[in-house]
Amino acid sequence: MATMTMVQALNAAMDEMLTRDGDVVVLGEDVGYFGGVFRCTDGLQRKHGRTRVFDTPITEAGIMGIAVGMAAYGLRPVAEMQFADYIYPACDQLISEAARLRYRSGGEFTAPVTVRAPYGGGIFGGQTHSQSPEAIFTHVAGMKTVIPSTPYDAKGLLIAAIEDDDPVMFFEPKRLYNGPFEGYHDRPVVPWAKHPASEVPDGHYAIPLGKAATVRSGGAVTILAYGTMVHVALAAARDAQVDAEILDLRTLVPVDIEAIEASVRKTGRCVIVHEATRTGGFGAELSALVQEHCFHHLETPIERVTGWDTPYPHAFEWEYFPGPARIAEALRRVMEE
Amino acid sequence: MDAPVPVQAPLNLHVPEPPQRPGSEIDFSALVVPPAGATRRPDTGTPAAEMTDLAYGLVRVLDDQGHAVGPWDPGLDPDTLVRGLRSMMTVRAYDERMQRAQRQGKTSFYMKCTGEEAIAVAQAMAVDRSDMLFPTYRQQGLLIARDWPLADMMCQVFSNAGDRLKGRQMPVFYSSREAGFFSISGNLGTQYSQAVGWAMASAIKGDTRIAAAWIGEGATAEGDFHHALTFASVYRAPVILNVVNNHWAISSFHGIAGGERTTFAARGLGYGIPSLRVDGNDFLAVHAATRWAAARARANLGPTLIELFTYRAAAHSTSDDPGKYRPENAGAHWPLGDPIDRLRQHLTASGVWSEARQEALAREVAETVQAAGKEAEALGTLDKGPFHSARTMFEDVYKTMPWHLERQRRQAGV
Repeated sequence: MATMTMVQALNAAMDEMLTRDGDVVVLGEDVGYFGGVFRCTDGLQRKHGRTRVFDTPITEAGIMGIAVGMAAYGLRPVAEMQFADYIYPACDQLISEAARLRYRSGGEFTAPVTVRAPYGGGIFGGQTHSQSPEAIFTHVAGMKTVIPSTPYDAKGLLIAAIEDDDPVMFFEPKRLYNGPFEGYHDRPVVPWAKHPASEVPDGHYAIPLGKAATVRSGGAVTILAYGTMVHVALAAARDAQVDAEILDLRTLVPVDIEAIEASVRKTGRCVIVHEATRTGGFGAELSALVQEHCFHHLETPIERVTGWDTPYPHAFEWEYFPGPARIAEALRRVMEE
Repeated sequence: MDAPVPVQAPLNLHVPEPPQRPGSEIDFSALVVPPAGATRRPDTGTPAAEMTDLAYGLVRVLDDQGHAVGPWDPGLDPDTLVRGLRSMMTVRAYDERMQRAQRQGKTSFYMKCTGEEAIAVAQAMAVDRSDMLFPTYRQQGLLIARDWPLADMMCQVFSNAGDRLKGRQMPVFYSSREAGFFSISGNLGTQYSQAVGWAMASAIKGDTRIAAAWIGEGATAEGDFHHALTFASVYRAPVILNVVNNHWAISSFHGIAGGERTTFAARGLGYGIPSLRVDGNDFLAVHAATRWAAARARANLGPTLIELFTYRAAAHSTSDDPGKYRPENAGAHWPLGDPIDRLRQHLTASGVWSEARQEALAREVAETVQAAGKEAEALGTLDKGPFHSARTMFEDVYKTMPWHLERQRRQAGV
């Protein structure tokens, strides 16, 4: 057991899988000798060799095409997209190829590719280093989408993603790489070391995909969140003094409907939180699911707290970011009605 | 001397236009065709920069009399040549039958490869059976040259109960892991970088198998072409990158794809990839060039780009009418002839062939295709079924069916 940041936990997951499985390779821009712009692959090339961990040309579409071909051969590629914002050129290979290969070949060819991509805001990255494009991929049949919120989960979920036989989009909340973040940008940065989930076991452990975690039990309202927003939601519930039950979804597809159903049936209220833009966001799907599965248990309308439907603005980062104050307002609204 | 620039000349946009359109006589006289045997054959270790002429020339082996001439003659034995002829004739007979089946309403769509049979057949024969192929929709000859059962292919075209792809794919989008034939995609070009990835994986694992990929000249404009060449060059991937230049991307002639001022083979030179331009209707030239490229890949010398210079004699597909955009019957006038006729002429000129043997082979091929047709149609056709159970629609989306698909399957009542 060691205390780790999320970056170190992700590194440990890849290290573990490169060691255990000779078919795992790690590829991406700057991931080799240098160890990645966020240091997630630091030391992996030195330890596992240049043909297992290597730099690629700057072409996300090319990286994905190569990864799909490698997976068809029988490897388990872990491809890093330097920022989730850069993923769009790779969409044809992701959506039309990786996600559908098993289906269209009658199960003969598969694409067990893990795509790691730092996502989300809070780092003054402007519109090309802050986006949360998860809903583009949750819409794709054949693809799984995973987002961790702690170092412990990051390692266990990444190992599960690499071992999974289907393509997995693994979005990493980059604002959480080096410490939990409650959404108060003007307060001092807290290191992971002070958080219990920074205790990361050595060796292999996998957190099953499709299972949410209850990060706070409560009876008044259910908050559905993932990634950075899990921590922001915790802070909001604390500060608004609302007895919220907070579910960290961890996997968006397939989503843990049983956990959602059980919690909302208990509380009768639901607030959905994500950083991504609102229209057509994953919150819309969650809202529809809650309505379909829990309609007769709902006391008040479902609330969504999300990023605005604008590009991510550099100077107005904190007006854009759905921080604890906005979540607290939503909590008060559902509690007052 | 630079061209004179008139003062304040108005700019004008050049939009490429093929030399002939419907109503005019087809005229291929502008085509520069070097004589057979005239193109040199460099050592397989030659760097791209020292063989740039090969990207602008044309590797040809069969001369007008059907003799194999020059340094690229692969020296194939008569049995191999007859096997090639049989496969090409089978491809053509298969195409005819499936086109007819489409017209009879037994399936929705079909694509022939008339005039391009030598490419897939000779290339499949020039690589090892265990090498991995990443085709487009016009390389059915790869499967046929690998003796993949015709009935199995037909079942795919009919989407019937025997379709290994369970009715999920459009006709001709075959896939067979056992045949080393990668699942065909309708998104053009995606297979090109995948083939390079497969080849890189083979090299990472210290395997001995190589990969080969095909793309049409039209789809070289896709980004995947550039990504594939970049990765293949950077990592010296053991892959053969084929560009089938059949001059037509549905209705757009090769000039729209950038073929007016350079060759498609020349695209490889900028990446430092040795590149050959080959007469795609010359079975021997295609075979020899492919063997040359395969030898390079197996010797860790990296990728080779091959432009197969040919002509799409038939329509793009059953949904296309080439009479709307090019002169009628253009393919019959292609100066490089018909690949099947040319190989047959070669066998005759070599003294190993006769009218009687030709007739016997034609009969054998017709019977094979007919028998396969009956076998496949007994398992169903698209107009009448039977099909796989509709519940299979929900399978293979994921390895294990997640709750939401299970729920949707129940809602669908299957």
